[in-house]
Amino acid sequence: MAQRAVAIVRFIPGFLTVALVLGLTLGTLVAVIVRAEGFGGLGPGEWSAIRFTLSQAVVSALVSVGFAIPVARALSRRDFWGRSFLITLMGAPFLLPVIVAILGLVAVFGRGGLLNAILASVGVEPASIYGFHGVVLAHVFFNLPLATRMILQGWLAIPAERFRLAASLNAPVGPLLEWPMLRRTVPGALLVIFLICLTSFAVALTLGGGPRATTVELSIYQAVLFDFDLGRAALLACVQFVFCALAAVLAYVASPPAGLGAGLDRVVTRWDGRWAGFDYLWIILAAAFLLIPLGMVLARGLQGLLLVDWPVLAAAWRSTWVALGSTALCVSMALALALWRSRWAQVIGVLPLATSSLVVGTGLFLILFPFVSPRQVALLVTLIINAALALPFAYRIILPAVRASLDDFGRLSAQLGLSGWARFRIVILPRIRRPLGFAAGVAAALSMGDLGVITLFAGEGQATLPLLMYRLMGAYQMDAAAGVGFILVTLSFALFWVFDRGGRVRADV
Amino acid sequence: MKRTLLTVAGLFCATAAFADGHAKTLTVYAPDYFGSEWGPGPSIEAAFEAQCDCDLVYETGNVLPRLLLEGQNTNADVVIGLNTDVTKQARESGLLASHSADLSALTLPIEWDDDMFVPFNYSHTAFIYDNTKLDGFDSFEALLDAPDDVRVVIQDPRTSISGLALVLWVNAVYGDEAEAAWARLAPKILTVTQGWSEAYGLFTDGEADVVLSFTTSPAYHIIAEEDLTKSAAIFEEGHYFFVELAAKVAGTDNPDLADQFMAFVLTPEFQSLIPTTNWSFPAALPQDQWPAGFQELPQPRTVLFYPEDAAAELRDEAIEAWRSALSQ
Amino acid sequence: MLTFENVALTQGAFTLSVEDDALPFGRVCVVGPSGCGKSTLLSAIAGFVPVGQGRILWEGRDISGVDPAARPVSMVFQDNNLFPHLSIAQNVALAVEPRLAISAATQRRVDDVLARVGLDGFGARKPAALSGGQQSRAALARVLLADRPVVLLDEPFAALGPGLRHEMLELVKDVLKGKLVMMVTHDPSDAQRFGGSTILIDAGHAARAQDTAAMFADPPEVLKTYLGQ
Repeated sequence: MAQRAVAIVRFIPGFLTVALVLGLTLGTLVAVIVRAEGFGGLGPGEWSAIRFTLSQAVVSALVSVGFAIPVARALSRRDFWGRSFLITLMGAPFLLPVIVAILGLVAVFGRGGLLNAILASVGVEPASIYGFHGVVLAHVFFNLPLATRMILQGWLAIPAERFRLAASLNAPVGPLLEWPMLRRTVPGALLVIFLICLTSFAVALTLGGGPRATTVELSIYQAVLFDFDLGRAALLACVQFVFCALAAVLAYVASPPAGLGAGLDRVVTRWDGRWAGFDYLWIILAAAFLLIPLGMVLARGLQGLLLVDWPVLAAAWRSTWVALGSTALCVSMALALALWRSRWAQVIGVLPLATSSLVVGTGLFLILFPFVSPRQVALLVTLIINAALALPFAYRIILPAVRASLDDFGRLSAQLGLSGWARFRIVILPRIRRPLGFAAGVAAALSMGDLGVITLFAGEGQATLPLLMYRLMGAYQMDAAAGVGFILVTLSFALFWVFDRGGRVRADV
Repeated sequence: MKRTLLTVAGLFCATAAFADGHAKTLTVYAPDYFGSEWGPGPSIEAAFEAQCDCDLVYETGNVLPRLLLEGQNTNADVVIGLNTDVTKQARESGLLASHSADLSALTLPIEWDDDMFVPFNYSHTAFIYDNTKLDGFDSFEALLDAPDDVRVVIQDPRTSISGLALVLWVNAVYGDEAEAAWARLAPKILTVTQGWSEAYGLFTDGEADVVLSFTTSPAYHIIAEEDLTKSAAIFEEGHYFFVELAAKVAGTDNPDLADQFMAFVLTPEFQSLIPTTNWSFPAALPQDQWPAGFQELPQPRTVLFYPEDAAAELRDEAIEAWRSALSQ
Repeated sequence: MLTFENVALTQGAFTLSVEDDALPFGRVCVVGPSGCGKSTLLSAIAGFVPVGQGRILWEGRDISGVDPAARPVSMVFQDNNLFPHLSIAQNVALAVEPRLAISAATQRRVDDVLARVGLDGFGARKPAALSGGQQSRAALARVLLADRPVVLLDEPFAALGPGLRHEMLELVKDVLKGKLVMMVTHDPSDAQRFGGSTILIDAGHAARAQDTAAMFADPPEVLKTYLGQ
């Protein structure tokens, strides 16, 4: 009601963010279409890729969220030593570089992995990871942490008084409190994970087991890099946008966007759920599923650490500053969007999820090439694209806190004449420190682990850690690559931890 | 005062000479593995710069798509690392020039007289296995007849150049029966990876028993790791020839330098760097000058090869046979 | 003099019409059943609810469209009056230093108003370290420092116990002398204690202010119903 009087001025950072995101997503697509001089056609291969992409994304989203619900519920009502650390650590798969995660999954679920070793020892037929279910397994591995955080956030947002009230009335908590909360949070979680799975392809390819597991993103890769059919690539990228738009509309119809878990230290005291064992079983299962592959990656990498030499350290340094720059840009854009109270801000905030990074890279290449040598801007371009790709996550993480700070203190600020930068510095920033730290941590880790477009642009002496890892693998040096993977995981997680921690220390909220 | 002027003039001349001496930069587009710290790129760069008085700079990535994206405005003077299965598109783009290198030094197992592409190394597609765990296969038939619990990992022909070579190989061996051959191999295929690295990683991690790679792959293990357990299965039907090429860019600003590099590619100096950095056979070096480890590698008796026109023509059909058999 | 001219306030389906009136300096209670629009009236004066129709004037100047911060008005809300992450001194100083660049002179004035509301020496603490009554006093200190002619109190002491509430009312009467102080309350005893005049709101209509003591001595029908008589 007071929004008109306390209106947010359309300010320059918001405008710049919108311009940058639109330029990177739709602008690059247009560049590719222009260069292709129109659209190509789709063959039966592409249609089956579209079907596979959709079905795996739907199943992956459903399974991720389906498992996340009991895990989040268990975490919301059980307090135990190391709970907060476990929640942080369980977020790790989401931040892992894809190639590292795949090696970890294979080490556990592969033919020669831990799981089959255990099955064999009890005389059960070995299970295969490869195929449709392998793709889903990998996507659940990546996205279960995200889904859990989003839903856990919803559970913790239910005021303790309501649980007390329900207990005193002896009313069932499920239909009274939990179902309405899930109805609000689950569509948003499904949407985000669906979109992530829609555009992921490296995963699908390695665990997919064959050409049945061909995704749209893979077809784009083939069209751009192998067939040089930019028209087909552009058309496929448009198909991805359409699916993204449809999914977004569906999800918004079902519910407003949910927040994305920051500050999950609290436990809800409840008077139902006496079977603690059941909850702990879920927590142990989820932790094992997420952490054992991570442990395998680290154990494998430990041996390779001795083979690491100075180009790796140089790349680590490069990756770190690219990640830091990317984080600064990403968080600034997320803040600008969050302060811009418009439906359009939400559209912009989800748009990067729908893009094919290869089309973005190719389009950007076409736009930049006439003016600068791509090699000279390789790291800058990587920095900017990584920031844009992490934007949907950072935006959703800080949005609820920014809204709350405006709702709670908007009138007081207006009354005191706090506006513009002063209001941002004195009112908003201190109140969103925790989610801001969390968002920065996620942005930094995602940037660190993303191979991204650097492969299209990099020249000599510009390799980032993930690229270096691929190069080592390409030169038969699998052990050294595992060592680099170790450094990559450690650095990603260290950056995440530092930012997340930085947001929590002495935060009076 | 005079002395100062002289010094300044001297400095100026020195700078001018310096600038002149390094004014020329030879830009070489190369695949990622070639230009990386662990590929042949750095040592070749050093060797060429020692004789050209120029600065050789690699720009790594996907060579052909990048060249096509850039078109006439490309910065490249030379491209290196193309493979015969995609050269038709490169040739027809009109972006490449004919070379003036003397091809008489070539020691390839096939005839080569192309006026645009100069080969710099070769190998053959082959299946690699651990000889302590498997007895190996002496023919493609033997591999297809192997029990289904032998797990094979291959690369996707739509995204990987070695995967494409494999489908052409199967086509060369089985012709119209290619799809049936794929159907026999299908139950043994653990997975299909996007690129060579992921597949080879699965193999060295013990996840797969057999991996699609090259006849020269065991040399890496023998020479760099002193590990004799990795072998290439030599098939009596023959192996698909895999040759990598360099070419001069038509619009180069440094045509003389580019020609000099193209000639350098076939010198013993360049060629002797190839085996232990690119882990493949040099294209123009007699076998007795190969490093130990390479000389002893088993070589296929029959070499199968589709020239670029045939490869381009068969490509879609070969990929489709693979796709439809493996999609069952 | 705060003047209402033909004022009607609309919020969604709810409309509040305000009888023309002119309020001089002094104390005014705003009384009525919950949801009747008491807070809406104050919000309109403060600038948080647009004046749909008519004009609100201060000393003859139309303030209807003026920015909240530019009005001659200080307001104390039901809650969220203090930023939890700022010290009490900083919270108070915001009244005159919206950029928190606090000079020595401002610091002295802050200390002074804190002393006047009985919070001597509390300046360095964070709000969480204060009791509810002390937090209300801090909010009041800021109103004192802002020194604007109109002070709006939107049930600011509702969360306090009766003893503390009465204490706060006395403090308000004491320190805000010479201003126009309008206070929303739903407690008749608070209104009687506050004195001055009273605006009675009911059924979407705000009546003219009448002497509080006289009104409670002979309550109109509306007030009778509200008081349960």
